[in-house]
This record gives sequence, C-alpha cells and structure tokens, in this order.
Amino acid sequence: MSNANRDVWVFVEQRDGRAAEVSFELLSKGRKLADQLGGSLKALLLGHELGEAVRQAFHYGSDEVLLVEHPELRDYRTLPYSRVVGGLIAKQQPRIVLFGATFIGRDLAPRVASFTRSGLTADCTDLQIGDADYLRREYKDLLLQVRPAFGGNIIATIITPEAPVQMATVREGVMELVPQATPRGETVTRIPYEPTASDNLVTVVERHREERRNKVKSAPIVVAGGYGMGSKKNFALLHQLAQLIGGEVAGTRAAVDAGFITPDRQVGQTGLTVRPKLYIACGISGAIQHRAGMQESTRIIAINSDADAPIFDVCHYGIVGDAAAVIPLLIDGYRERLR
Amino acid sequence: MSCNSIVLVKQVPDTANISGQVMRPDGTINRAKLPAVFNPEDKVALELALQLKDRYGGKVTALTMGPPKASDLLRECLSMGADEVCLVSDRKFAGADTLATSYVLSRAIAKLGPFDLVFAGRQAIDGDTAQVGPQTAEKLDLPQITYAEQILELRDGVITVKRRIDDGYEVLRAPLPLLLTVIADAALPRPPRAKRLMACKHVRSLPELERMVDANSLLYIDTLVDEYVQQGRFIRTLTVDDLEVEAERCGLAGSPTKVKKVDSVVLTGGNHQRVPATREGLGQLVEELMNDRVFG
Repeated sequence: MSNANRDVWVFVEQRDGRAAEVSFELLSKGRKLADQLGGSLKALLLGHELGEAVRQAFHYGSDEVLLVEHPELRDYRTLPYSRVVGGLIAKQQPRIVLFGATFIGRDLAPRVASFTRSGLTADCTDLQIGDADYLRREYKDLLLQVRPAFGGNIIATIITPEAPVQMATVREGVMELVPQATPRGETVTRIPYEPTASDNLVTVVERHREERRNKVKSAPIVVAGGYGMGSKKNFALLHQLAQLIGGEVAGTRAAVDAGFITPDRQVGQTGLTVRPKLYIACGISGAIQHRAGMQESTRIIAINSDADAPIFDVCHYGIVGDAAAVIPLLIDGYRERLR
Repeated sequence: MSCNSIVLVKQVPDTANISGQVMRPDGTINRAKLPAVFNPEDKVALELALQLKDRYGGKVTALTMGPPKASDLLRECLSMGADEVCLVSDRKFAGADTLATSYVLSRAIAKLGPFDLVFAGRQAIDGDTAQVGPQTAEKLDLPQITYAEQILELRDGVITVKRRIDDGYEVLRAPLPLLLTVIADAALPRPPRAKRLMACKHVRSLPELERMVDANSLLYIDTLVDEYVQQGRFIRTLTVDDLEVEAERCGLAGSPTKVKKVDSVVLTGGNHQRVPATREGLGQLVEELMNDRVFG
C-alpha cells in the first residue's frame, strides 16, 4: 500500500515543562525510521512554556516541532490531550506515531488509537521498517513492531498493514539515545488550543509527585533476584550484597508477583530496561521478557541451580548453584579482598 | 444514591505458570494445555464494584467477550456476588485485537442499558497492553481514570478517585458516568460465597445450552433457553445478531494489528565462563572483576 504521508511523529511528554527521557529515546529511533521511510520526523508537544523542551526535540533529531501551548495544557489530562492529539493525527495522517509506555503514554495512546482507528502495539522491544506479506498481499515499508508475548515464550512481530497510521508504545530505556551533533530542524508549527466544556469534565484535586524513589535505572551495578530466590528472607541477601558492592536491588516480574520486591524495581519488558556495568542475576531463569530488560548489560553474572536455565545463554559468568548459598560466598570473597 | 456498575472481565491463559506441556518441541503454544484463570486485575475491579454496591446499593453486571468456555469466568463472578452476568460470544468476534475488542464491548455496554460506572482491570496478563479500557471509554465517549487505586468519595453523582502516576499519585474528580481501570493494589478480591457457589453451578450460557442440544436429540434450544431463563439460570448471551455492530469492525477483520510472524525463542547457547560455586572459584571471580574495575 502506498501512502503519501511518510512522516514519523513522536508524542513528547513533559512534566513541569521538562520533556521525558523516553521521548528523546523515541525521537532518536524515530529519526532512523523517518530516514528509512524518506519522511520527516515531527515532535508533538503539548504543554505550557516549553522553550527548553522544543530546543531539545531538535537536538534529538526532529525536523519540525508541532507545538500546542496553553496554560490549561500545563499538566497532562486525558480528555484535552487525547482530543488534541487525536484530532491532529486524524487530520494529518502521519505514517507512524510513537508514544512512551509511561503512565501518560499508556493512558493517552489507546484513546487516540481508538479515535483514529489505528493499530497500536504496546511495549515494543524493537521497531524496524520492512516489507511484509500478509494474506498473499505485499506491503512496502511497514513498521515491524516486535514484542515478546505469551509469558515470554514467543516473540511476535506485529504489523498494521491496512490502517494508514501505525502506532506503538515503547518503554523507557529500550531505545538508544542519539543526540545530533547539530540540531536537525528549526521549524516550529504552533497549533492553537481552544478549550471545550468536555475537556474539563475531570478535574485535578491534588497531585503529589516524588523524586524517583530508586536509582535502579542509573546504577552501575544491579543485583537482581527472581522467583528462584524462594523467599523474601533470601532477598535480604541481595540487599546485603548490593549495599556492599555499591549496587541497586532489582527483581523479575515473578519476584514482584511473589511479593519479594516492589514493582518499581522490576526489570524486563514491562518494567525497567537497564544497562549497568555489572548485572548479577540470582535465581532468575531468564525468560525473554526479563532478558529484554537487561541483556545489554556490560557484564552479566548468572547464579541458578538449573544448569539449563536460559539466563546462562546471555551471561558472561555462569555459576550453577543455589543463589542463597552462593551469595554469602561472594560476599565473603569480596570482604576478604577488600581488606 | 445507588450506583450501577458494569465490570469488564476476561478469562486469560495463566501465563505465569506455563509448564513444559504447554510449549511444543517446535516452540509453538499448545493452548489446550494452558489453564484459564480470572484475569487478576479484573477480579480486583469486580471487588471494587461490589464494595461500592455494598455501600451505596445498585447493581453489578459482569461482562466478558470470549469463547463459550468463558462462561466459567462468569459463574465465578456470580459466586463472588455479581447480580448479573453477560457473555458476548460469536465466531465473528474471534481474533480481535484491542481495537475490535473495545468496539464490540462498547456496543454490548450500550445494549446493557444505563450505568454509572464501567470498571476494568488495568491490563490483562496475557497481553499486558492496558488498551481495552481506554479504548472502550473513547468509543462510549466517557471520561476515563486509569490506574485507579482508591475510590475516595462518591456523592451526588460525582466520584473522587486516587490514581497512581509514575512519580506519585493524583486525586481526580469527575461526574458519572465514567470508566475506571483498576490496579492490583486497589482491593483484595473476596472469596466466593458457598451458597452462591452452589447456586451458580447450574447456570448456563447460550453456547453451553446449544451444546447440550447437540448432544441430545430430545432437547430443543428455544424451550431449553426458556426453561433456564424462568429458573434464573441463564447467562445472557449476546451474539453478532444481538448487537448493532458493523461486521467489518469486529474480530480479526476489524483488527488493524496483525501478527506477521511468531518466533519461538531459540537460545544460542552463548559462550560464557563457568565459575565453580566454591569459595575459591567465587573468590577468583571477585578478583577478576576488581582488577577490571567493575567493582571495588
């Protein structure tokens, strides 16, 4: 299917006027996709007083910024944002729209996709441009949306062959940040915002924000535990090790579900993506969703009692043994050599 | 005030407990071997709706789209305390992505009649997309509050909700009707009540009765349905003929996203250094990492 419009849009989300890191990651990826398609990369920004965010959007490869500034758009709210974004996409029909898989993106993107009747794929771990056959028809230059599915036992490639607009959400940290040496474009297209009564149906009574509670994402060392740690008590060993070597503790989804660790420290497709200098995987079997969040770590130590666990396929150092027994030996070994 | 709620529920494969039997040697999935469970956050959504009903009165209706087997899920909803349940089931709805699903669900909700609140779990564990809730809200032209953690107040047709956001929480206020998606922490689902459990054991949906008719030439579907309706044992079932839907927006045909290919996860074997789980082996590893300044 040929489509006149080959543009790639990235919804750049902001909090207090500051654009989110994930949006820059998506612009970096969007730059590559737009180059492959031969289209423009446009950053869509809604908010108030967004000068710095606009400058950064160009820095990360935007050809153009679509800017909707209004005091009432200062903070994200579902109804006005989805109405404005949905309206612009319906009118201009970009080929691809990317959203961060954040509390904002996951609230906004499905509503917009429903309005524009676009395909939307959540939590993609890779995005490429490619041709595809579907039901004996050939499609050129589709967005190939890759995501693990079904408990991580399969990797699915999703396409949106017929819909004019292809949409995807991507978690923070998945795409590489690629700043441009010199800003790409400088065109700012201002779009007026006219509030409607329905925009204000939902009112914000209170908003409470905390600093990011944990530093898992930026930690040079991550000590992670899986369901194989067996208990919350054994998880204490991970905290002990992490404290000693200057790391942060993280866990798999199974560990979160079992209550061993809080959800904000979950590493994997539906959690954080990390690239530390050292990742120590303890009692983690290594389902693909988990590996998607850690496999680019510089060095990986895997400790697991099952010698056939898939985690051993991505690690650099493999230790077959019960993590609860191995970690104290590591701690001892570290303490001895520290003296 | 009383509060009438519709709760969107889904039966999902238990992806957290995939056993060896489920994965075939060629890496494909044997769905027949997958146990089906009540999607956890949908169950929390039902609990929250029941708590509102306990407090303010009103009616709770559980609604699912799925194959005939999803009748099990609706019996579970009844045993927890749902007043009514409704199965949306038709071959033409099969293969739906989130857009086609939300389209059919929104039409079913419109068919069920007036409501104050639509509840859904934040996301289902088989896809983790969190899309059907917001998409259904959009189709019904309803405001939405996603990631709801607590209903703080319901008064004079206005609801106040605390919701999770990535760096904290916010409190939102909105007039009813409204759609809420609910996170796992919002409530602890009640266990089924023994008395209700017994009562709903014999409740049947249309496809289940059709199967009985197929197996027994003495039964007629119309009379059987009448009988079940009169005894209050019929699960209301909506098919494509009962809903005002455009066929091309349902099921696989109505789904813009298509699965191009599915790869089983093939592991490369990877070259890594085996470290013996001994004091010496681990000591040497620590030394190597210290020498390379990875830590220390």
